[in-house]
Amino acid sequence: MLYSEKVLDHFSNPRNVGEIPDADGVGEVGNAKCGDIMRMYLKIKDGKIEDAKFKTFGCGAAIATSSMATEMIKGASIDDALKLSNKAVVEALDGLPSSKIHCSVLAEQAIKAALSDYYKRQGVDPEPIVGKVGECEACHTL
Amino acid sequence: MNKHYVYADNAATTPISKEVLDAMMPWLTEGYGNPSSIYAKGREAGFALVKARQQVADALGCEPGEVYFTGCGSESDNWALKSTLHMLAAKGKKHLITTVFEHHAILHSAAALEKEGFEVTYLPVYENGIVRVEDVKKAIRPDTALVSVMFANNEIGTIQPIPEIGAVCKEAGVLFHTDAVQAVGHVHINVKEMHIDMLSLSGHKFHAPKGIGALYIRKGLVLPNLIDGGGQEKGRRAGTENVASIIGLGAAIQRATSDIDKNAARALKMRERLIDAALKIPHSRLNGDRRQRLPGNINISFEGVEGESLLLALDNEGIAASSGSACTSGSLDPSHVLLAIGLPHEVAHGSLRITFSDMNTEEDVDQIIDALPRVITRLRAMSPVWERIVKGEPVK
Repeated sequence: MLYSEKVLDHFSNPRNVGEIPDADGVGEVGNAKCGDIMRMYLKIKDGKIEDAKFKTFGCGAAIATSSMATEMIKGASIDDALKLSNKAVVEALDGLPSSKIHCSVLAEQAIKAALSDYYKRQGVDPEPIVGKVGECEACHTL
Repeated sequence: MNKHYVYADNAATTPISKEVLDAMMPWLTEGYGNPSSIYAKGREAGFALVKARQQVADALGCEPGEVYFTGCGSESDNWALKSTLHMLAAKGKKHLITTVFEHHAILHSAAALEKEGFEVTYLPVYENGIVRVEDVKKAIRPDTALVSVMFANNEIGTIQPIPEIGAVCKEAGVLFHTDAVQAVGHVHINVKEMHIDMLSLSGHKFHAPKGIGALYIRKGLVLPNLIDGGGQEKGRRAGTENVASIIGLGAAIQRATSDIDKNAARALKMRERLIDAALKIPHSRLNGDRRQRLPGNINISFEGVEGESLLLALDNEGIAASSGSACTSGSLDPSHVLLAIGLPHEVAHGSLRITFSDMNTEEDVDQIIDALPRVITRLRAMSPVWERIVKGEPVK
């Protein structure tokens, strides 16, 4: 398994690990059977993501993509966070082995799940804004 | 602690020993003759092969004429299974018995045979990772061509009741093959006493180079040729011999088998110390029978941790090991071996395999015992699964 230096760095020194006790949105995707669970915590103020933290059970790529994704949405507007694609996360990590692409999809989905939770707490139906939050596609084949 | 590099993945491969390299070197340099050639340079190489074949035969308790050199353990497995089934199909014997936790060289060969219309029975291995002799006995049918049971498992190291299975097969008149890739050089083997008809081995598991293996085929059993060509390996596996590697295999197997008791005692001590220390970590379990296992094999699951990230974290600590997690297998499912002994998926994902050779030291064990609790604590601290375990919630 050939990981880039960036992936190894984000695995060894993950950014934004932990919880936000008074988070405005929390989302979790994946399942233990597949070997990946990502939970994302967001602190949101005036339509902007003030802080993002994560807890992840998973492989090196799962931890690295969680770390990179939280870095990329911190300080961003909700709109920009919603636009963050798994491809952008992969590029920011200087690539992922093809068998690990689903980890980046999981990171994208975890952000969407956390934002869905944020809207639900606001009494807003998240689906028209966030879309459907599915789980990792790879898991559906199990 | 002063860290050094700890190589603890000897079931994957072993370093070539100095002694083996020294034995090989002349045959990579001035000893370039083709062993089939008639002149002195060819004859020298030919005699060297005779010696190496004798060394392998001595290690297995067979005659040199029963040893066939191959390119690897997988090749030996493919040859044994496919050729035997194809040969005996003509006699109406189209049934193969093996186990659910064989190496993929066996399982995928069996699957290929199934596609051709052969029938395969996969025996269970139970929680201890050991096949039951009575299951073998019950599975044998009038049309059974071959029983293939591995000598020792590559992931959990459990040693199978090979002499007993051999006796059952002999009595039933069924051929018996064993994939002994993990066992040769580590436990005592005698193919005659154990009633083994065919045995696969691989050099790089005991300090010979990669790319050299052998298949023992009992005298009188004439398998169809694997490679047609010249007269090498009695014409059954043609192709100019890999002279230097064969010499290396001979030197390595001789050293490993002569030192077997000494090495086993040393590895066993390290194994037991590491198992005791690792099991002190909460929510951990040893996979496979503790006693009936290879002296250098440790396989432990840590709940709430994923295996690949555990390997990367250990790599950062200068420790090279292996895991049965899906992420390291390249598929979505964790190790078929760990599932076969009844581990739930989420626990199988968190497995760690450490395998020692005679080159490991007690200092290596110290380093692993020092690093393991630290990296597991770090990974568990960021794991939502561990959070659920601590809270007593179900792990979904």
